[in-house]
Amino acid sequence: MRLEPVANPTLLRTVGLPALALFGTVVAASLLAMIAGAQPFSVLGLIVKGAFGSKFAALETLNRATPLIFTGLAVAVAFRAQLWNIGAEAQLYVGAVVTVVLGTGALAWPAFALLPTIAVAAMLAGAVVLLVPTFLKTRFGVDEVVTTLLLNFVVLLWVSMLLEGALKDPMGLGWPKSARLIAEARLPRMVEGLRLHWGFGLALISALVVWVIQRRTTLGYEMRAVGLNKEAARFAGIPVNTVLIKTALLSGGLAALAGFSEVAGLKGSLTLDISPGFGYTGIIVAMLALLNPLGVVVAALFVAGIFVGADSMSRAAGVPTYLADIMLALALLMMVLAIMLTKFRVRRD
Amino acid sequence: MEIIDILISASFWTAAIRIASPLIFAALGELICERAGVLNLGIEGIMVVGAFAGWMAVYLGGGLWLGVAVAMASGMLFGLLHGTLTVPFGLSQHVVGLGITLLATSLTYYCYRLALPEVTSPPKIEAFQPFEIPLLSDIPLVGPALFSQTPLTYLAFVLVIVVTVVLYRTPLGLALRAAGENPAAVEAQGLSVTAIRMGAVMVGSGLMAVGGAFLTMSAFNSFFFEMVNGRGWICIALVVFGSWRPGKTLLGAVLFAAFDALQIRVQQTSLGADIPYQIFLMAPYILSILALVIMSRRAQVPAALMVPFNKGER
Repeated sequence: MRLEPVANPTLLRTVGLPALALFGTVVAASLLAMIAGAQPFSVLGLIVKGAFGSKFAALETLNRATPLIFTGLAVAVAFRAQLWNIGAEAQLYVGAVVTVVLGTGALAWPAFALLPTIAVAAMLAGAVVLLVPTFLKTRFGVDEVVTTLLLNFVVLLWVSMLLEGALKDPMGLGWPKSARLIAEARLPRMVEGLRLHWGFGLALISALVVWVIQRRTTLGYEMRAVGLNKEAARFAGIPVNTVLIKTALLSGGLAALAGFSEVAGLKGSLTLDISPGFGYTGIIVAMLALLNPLGVVVAALFVAGIFVGADSMSRAAGVPTYLADIMLALALLMMVLAIMLTKFRVRRD
Repeated sequence: MEIIDILISASFWTAAIRIASPLIFAALGELICERAGVLNLGIEGIMVVGAFAGWMAVYLGGGLWLGVAVAMASGMLFGLLHGTLTVPFGLSQHVVGLGITLLATSLTYYCYRLALPEVTSPPKIEAFQPFEIPLLSDIPLVGPALFSQTPLTYLAFVLVIVVTVVLYRTPLGLALRAAGENPAAVEAQGLSVTAIRMGAVMVGSGLMAVGGAFLTMSAFNSFFFEMVNGRGWICIALVVFGSWRPGKTLLGAVLFAAFDALQIRVQQTSLGADIPYQIFLMAPYILSILALVIMSRRAQVPAALMVPFNKGER
């Protein structure tokens, strides 16, 4: 077989194939739920109900989507320039560590000064963490996929060390847990009485800012050019390595904001399990969004909905929660295939 | 010196070779894929599948070698999926690989929960036992380290020789290497790049799964969540470290494993008591990154690695 470009894809093709991919994901998940002894189509209903069925559930989904918007943006920005940042998890934890270091009393400032300071400091720290693999890539040609992946393990162990040492809560009962943030370092709620913090608002603003950078600035144009063809970009006079480093600063900073928002908005302190893999899930969010920053928001809500919904479905129907991860992996694989098939058709030779 | 005492003890080298074994299988698998031009980031998840499938087969009453075969088959199945998406369809090898890792891992955990719903400590199996090779195992130091291991370890070393011979001494190996260097030339010879790459990814994924199965069938005798714990990613680094050559990759795996065995032992000495244990656990990952930096200057990357091949396209 071989692939042949489709000159003018029909609407049915461009919309139908991605829809088919989502449908296929649902069918496969229902079959798996059936093996676990659940009524196949009740599972889907339970997931939707668990994710959006009540005010509490919907707020939970928005809270879960918040870190995913940040990590999804981080991945989308990097992947657009063909910088394969698989290390959002590490950058997230570094952002969280900075938040705890500055927010537990080291700076006794009023909230309007303290919160932006912490956010910027967290972003800088996250940027530095991604800068190391990016520098190794531009300077020595070391593949950043492997280095960012390996750094995730290093950073997680480092955080574990801090939580049992320098950052350990003296009041904690032996748990590896940091002290709580002071009140001025906590992100306030967006609406009084609703359990939704300003981290979500910050995530939406970030998506908009990234969209503007990508569509309306020279840097955005250069990032896309480098991503499409490094050699051509270099030939056109774009400083490829400088663009990659700027991309890394932005991407690492965005991922670190996820850690900032989780600690300052949701948890109030740092433990080793603040991220159940938000950094890795960000890759799925970014891919489902086709690397579009505004799409990231929608994709993050979808992914968060599946996670929150699957948790409640799992309790109700006795199906293991890992079904959520299976659904995401299937959605990812089928979606990239479907998107490709909107542009190419398969020909037998 | 405590460290020197450790380095000359036979138990240390026995452990190093044991730790290296799963890495040898999986790194060889990755090497075969990459030599044919396909980066397989599904390695981490495929090792999880292999670890579970092999262990489950034995737990359900199958023989140990049947378990190895089941693991291999499960890996090849995911290799078939990876290959189909990346070779004929030419999808991003990064995205597909990470997707396969997530799919394989979560499917495994799902099946594990279905098979053993209420277990807190997973059951153990009668795993492979060390087999002492007569005479050779009596050699001091080398004997215990190399010749009183489990059969799977011997198989890993034999495989290094087999892969080397096939890659460099057979027409198949030539075609495979050419598919990773200059696919158009392979097609001009009347061979199918698609078939060669698909085959390489399937066989390679099978070996990764056997690497995972080593953990449950020859090391821990049981299946745990997170038991693969980044070994797949380490193997990708090992292949780069070994400049895509089986012998050098073996050397890298043994060096890495020796270092790993050393850090476990140093933790228990007086030196280790003063240093947080996380530093020791970090060291192998940092070492891998440093090795990549040092080796990448001289690395001979397969020219068509990560480049999809579409027939008739120039």
